[in-house]
Amino acid sequence: MKLGQKKPLRSRGQRMAALVSSTLALAKARPLGAIAASGLILMVLVALLADVVATHDPLQQTVRILEPPSAGHFFGTDDLGRDVFSRVVHGARATLFVGFLSLGLATASGVAIGTVSAYRGGTFDLLVQRFVDVFLGFPFLVAALIVVVALGPSSISAALAIALALAPQIARLSRAAVLSTKEEGYVEAARASGAGPARIIWRHLLPNSFPPILAQITGYLGTAVVAETALSFLRLGVPPPDPSWGRMLQEGVQQYFEVAPWAIMFPGLALAITVLSAALLGDQLRNLVWAKENAHPKVKVESGTLTLGSQGMEPRD
Amino acid sequence: MLRYIAWRLALLIPTLLAASVVVFLVMRVLPGDVSQVIAGDVAVSPAVREALAEELGLNDPLHVQYGQWLWSMVNGKFGGNSLESKESIRSIIGQQLPVTLLLTGYTLLLSILVSLPLGMLAARWSNRWPDYITRIVSLGGLSLPSLLVAVLVLLGLLLAFRWSPPILYASPWADPWTHLQIMIWPALILAWEQSSHLVRVTRASVLEALDRSYVATARSKGLAERVVLVKHALPNALIPTVTMIGLHFGVLISGAVILENIFGLPGIGRGIVHAAQVRDYPVVQSLAVLLVLFSLVVNLVVDIVYSRLDPRVGPSS
Repeated sequence: MKLGQKKPLRSRGQRMAALVSSTLALAKARPLGAIAASGLILMVLVALLADVVATHDPLQQTVRILEPPSAGHFFGTDDLGRDVFSRVVHGARATLFVGFLSLGLATASGVAIGTVSAYRGGTFDLLVQRFVDVFLGFPFLVAALIVVVALGPSSISAALAIALALAPQIARLSRAAVLSTKEEGYVEAARASGAGPARIIWRHLLPNSFPPILAQITGYLGTAVVAETALSFLRLGVPPPDPSWGRMLQEGVQQYFEVAPWAIMFPGLALAITVLSAALLGDQLRNLVWAKENAHPKVKVESGTLTLGSQGMEPRD
Repeated sequence: MLRYIAWRLALLIPTLLAASVVVFLVMRVLPGDVSQVIAGDVAVSPAVREALAEELGLNDPLHVQYGQWLWSMVNGKFGGNSLESKESIRSIIGQQLPVTLLLTGYTLLLSILVSLPLGMLAARWSNRWPDYITRIVSLGGLSLPSLLVAVLVLLGLLLAFRWSPPILYASPWADPWTHLQIMIWPALILAWEQSSHLVRVTRASVLEALDRSYVATARSKGLAERVVLVKHALPNALIPTVTMIGLHFGVLISGAVILENIFGLPGIGRGIVHAAQVRDYPVVQSLAVLLVLFSLVVNLVVDIVYSRLDPRVGPSS
């Protein structure tokens, strides 16, 4: 099925088929992006289905301590006889929960601040930007640390802390995107036809300024995941005995480093896959956005080349 | 030049004040009674808690508390004493600051020494093997979290050479050999991350400079390629590289906080994390502001260097 066809796709089945085929074509055009996306999807699935995927109870202590990987324990066991595979699987849930929650919070608040600041402009914009500057002056981990100290160590406070550290960067990105969108003819046309600020922001500025920065925001998922791992490594994240990659690394380094390297290597591998996938996906999306912005959209659609719109990210207008 | 530096220093003060207000408010306004937070999980009688609150001045209005804290930061008391050890924060900073300064100093020195020549090499032989190797190595530095690299380095050293870095820190004056052994790995790991950013910027800007007409002129004069690179292309390529050092200094501080903890370096990073773990909030508060100040000062220095490198920027503008 060609993307450029103007005939409206009626049935749900046809729409699904179009979605599947366009996704496959996109994967073929950008194999690196496809690998990155599948790495991330795999991790998300493992996190969501942790109860099914895990072979043991991640908290169950046994006498079979520090055993190397075997058929019974895929990744071996740790110093309390707990199954490392099941702990890595459940750790994915803890880490990705904090990662996605903090990224969502940071995106919502950052985009709101950036968009309104750019739209209002003038003194308001100046004041908001000085405020954002102050937060940008904080080294990432230091900002996260003070929030965790104030709220006490838990997943939620780790997510809030990371969100606070990420939000100013997203606000900056979003402001820049809106500043250029604001000057477009259709915004002026909307204003001329009497649209209020809320409608202009919601229907025109957001749908047109958000997709380009989505690529960078995807890259920040890796930052958020690393930050969560760092916080729990520093014993300021998920409290024990709940599994998290950072804490597994920390316990391994501190207690049974050379005796059971598998207890460190597997959570490390899971972390590396997640972070590399997020970084690579962000990179590929950025290239895609760049390619889209540097070519006339109509030409691209007619030639059947895939654009961001084929992933359903294009505004509906 | 002196007027420019004075002006920039004056601009630093409002940013620093705003940052201190943020730190103070985050620690006080977020939910949770501070005296309860300090007492932690231990059941404390209301009388003890009241005495603690009185001692810390928690019964005063917020602006009075902030004023007292700010005054102590200015007059050199740095927020009084540690709750845990009763040691003065001034002496804590006195012990910890040199370690962090040395670690970040070594890192910056190493990354500049590595990335400038490598960036030039990669630009000189762009799309040949020196370029490819540099790109692959810097891709690793950009995407692998330093936490993970550090854990793997420790594991590798132990498994391959049955060697671990010394556990006790020694100052470079007391015992240079031990100092080198304990500092080399964290500095190398941080420098890999830093120089990966720097090498990319250097490569791109040298490549751009090589396209300029003054390089063509220099070549047509019959200058050796080495002279063209070092005398003509490099000075112009330095400007974006120097900017990058400032932009990434916050990342370097976050990395130093994590690596000080992994390698047991008694610097500000380990100090603030330990204080956060035991909820020694006066220490967290003062060290957080100190790290923000550190990052601001480095950016100031970068801007001054920048204005020396680029005559278009600086005192006049």
